[in-house]
Amino acid sequence: MHPAFSVVFFTTATGAGYGLLALLGLLGGLGFIPADFWLGLVGMALALGLIAAGLLSSTRHLGRPERAWRAFSQWRSSWLSREGLAAVATFIPACMFGIGWVFLGKSGGWVAAVGLLTAAGAVATVCTTGMIYASLKPIAQWHSRYTLPAYLTFATMTGSVLANALLQGFKLGSTAMLAWALLATLAGWGWKLATWRHNDRLEIPTTANTATGLAGGTVRSIEWPHTEENYLLKEMGFRIARKHSAKLRRIAQALAFAAPALLLAVALVAPWPLAALASALAALLQFAGMLVERWLFFAEAKHTVTLYYGR
Amino acid sequence: MTCLPARTEKKLGLVIDLDTCVGCQACVTACKEWNTGGHMAPLTDIDPYGGHVDGVWFNRVHTYEHMTELGGRTVNFPRSCLHCEQPACVTVCPTGASYKRASDGIVLVDEDKCIGCKLCSWACPYGARKFDTDVGVMKKCTLCVDRIYNDNLAAEDRVPACVAACPTSARHFGDLGDPASAISQLVEERGGVALMPELGYKPTNRYLPPRARSQRAAKMDAPALEPIRAEGGFLGWIDRMLSN
Repeated sequence: MHPAFSVVFFTTATGAGYGLLALLGLLGGLGFIPADFWLGLVGMALALGLIAAGLLSSTRHLGRPERAWRAFSQWRSSWLSREGLAAVATFIPACMFGIGWVFLGKSGGWVAAVGLLTAAGAVATVCTTGMIYASLKPIAQWHSRYTLPAYLTFATMTGSVLANALLQGFKLGSTAMLAWALLATLAGWGWKLATWRHNDRLEIPTTANTATGLAGGTVRSIEWPHTEENYLLKEMGFRIARKHSAKLRRIAQALAFAAPALLLAVALVAPWPLAALASALAALLQFAGMLVERWLFFAEAKHTVTLYYGR
Repeated sequence: MTCLPARTEKKLGLVIDLDTCVGCQACVTACKEWNTGGHMAPLTDIDPYGGHVDGVWFNRVHTYEHMTELGGRTVNFPRSCLHCEQPACVTVCPTGASYKRASDGIVLVDEDKCIGCKLCSWACPYGARKFDTDVGVMKKCTLCVDRIYNDNLAAEDRVPACVAACPTSARHFGDLGDPASAISQLVEERGGVALMPELGYKPTNRYLPPRARSQRAAKMDAPALEPIRAEGGFLGWIDRMLSN
């Protein structure tokens, strides 16, 4: 599948944004994070900013973005429509939570209630994003039981590492938060490795034989219907060399998992200014690494239409 | 509405005979010619005379080599929308632009509602949907919905353009939901197959596999050729003498 940057950035940014938003809603609402004005303002601005930037980026993928409002109508059948609705609906409790927690400096009571609603909305939105990909049968690497948990795991991971960096920056960090961010990073790493292992051993029942209805033997494409690449090949026929794929997997692992884990471990033992610096660096590197991971998620996914072209 | 109808009154579709398709591309050009002025018009061409030609086509003919223990054969394979009974391209549509008609099962796109998110093209395993980069919307085969019900055309012309154009009658049109229809009988008789049945899209269109090889075909073994150059020596002299 063609890794369009607008979609790669959209899923990565909203994942981190919703992860952070869910944590702030949960921990802030219940009073585990103190209602500090500047921490709250920067945290909520970062979370909602990432989400808004991602959503804006996703509209760049559209051929007719001025009609995007129509996408709210088909929630009965379409995961994309459900994603749009969930994303917009989550803004409502998120804004109420922002007012209560940041501007009124409250936690507990109604602020806790809207905080929990915000977290629930964030989780629901990430689920809908994951299901868009998990529901696509023609792409075996996506239509797997690994896809939805991956989106949830990575949103939790990037959100937690961001939340930790934020708390460390305001000198409000804790060992528990650091340990949680480290644990989430290791969990993300484990899930990605398991996913790659699963995909590399995938035995796809759909072949050139079933695609053409020609039973038995081998079916080999000897002539394309056209000499130049068409929409199908540009959009669905994206190919990535195996050696580049292996190298990019190493880069993604180093940036998204290994380096942040190491930096968070350092932050666990280092004194404050250093711990904050390491935490911030971990968040930045992880975001860059997740962009590579998401690029690979698209680039390594193979659509059944490529079978017609012998790819 | 992108929810699918529980059942359709008819299941209009195509049956394509891979035995008789000669890969002449007449259906491809007839489709393009009709539809660039039809329901989904225009079928935009991008850089048509340049080095990177691209554009919208609803019907394409591939060519494959099918090798089995009985030997190899060339198979021309027309590929277009199969008007599935379970079209995920419709259910994934967030705007309601894609729909499946309850009356005849044809899958269509309402261009005025399409936002060009391309998700339907990802959801189609068969590559039936084509994005028009110029207009910014998705387009697809309409089964010539503007021909098959068109009272302005003679009755025999009320078939999809690709079917009308086929010089070898490799393309057939009709109601595959009616077991008594000529097209259903043909599928029954020739053992017509659905493409990628394992994915569960339940395509309406059927493909008739190439017939078994005939034993009545002429033997290709030609008699051995005689040497062109005459031999030398005594035998050669005799050969030349006798040839005169």
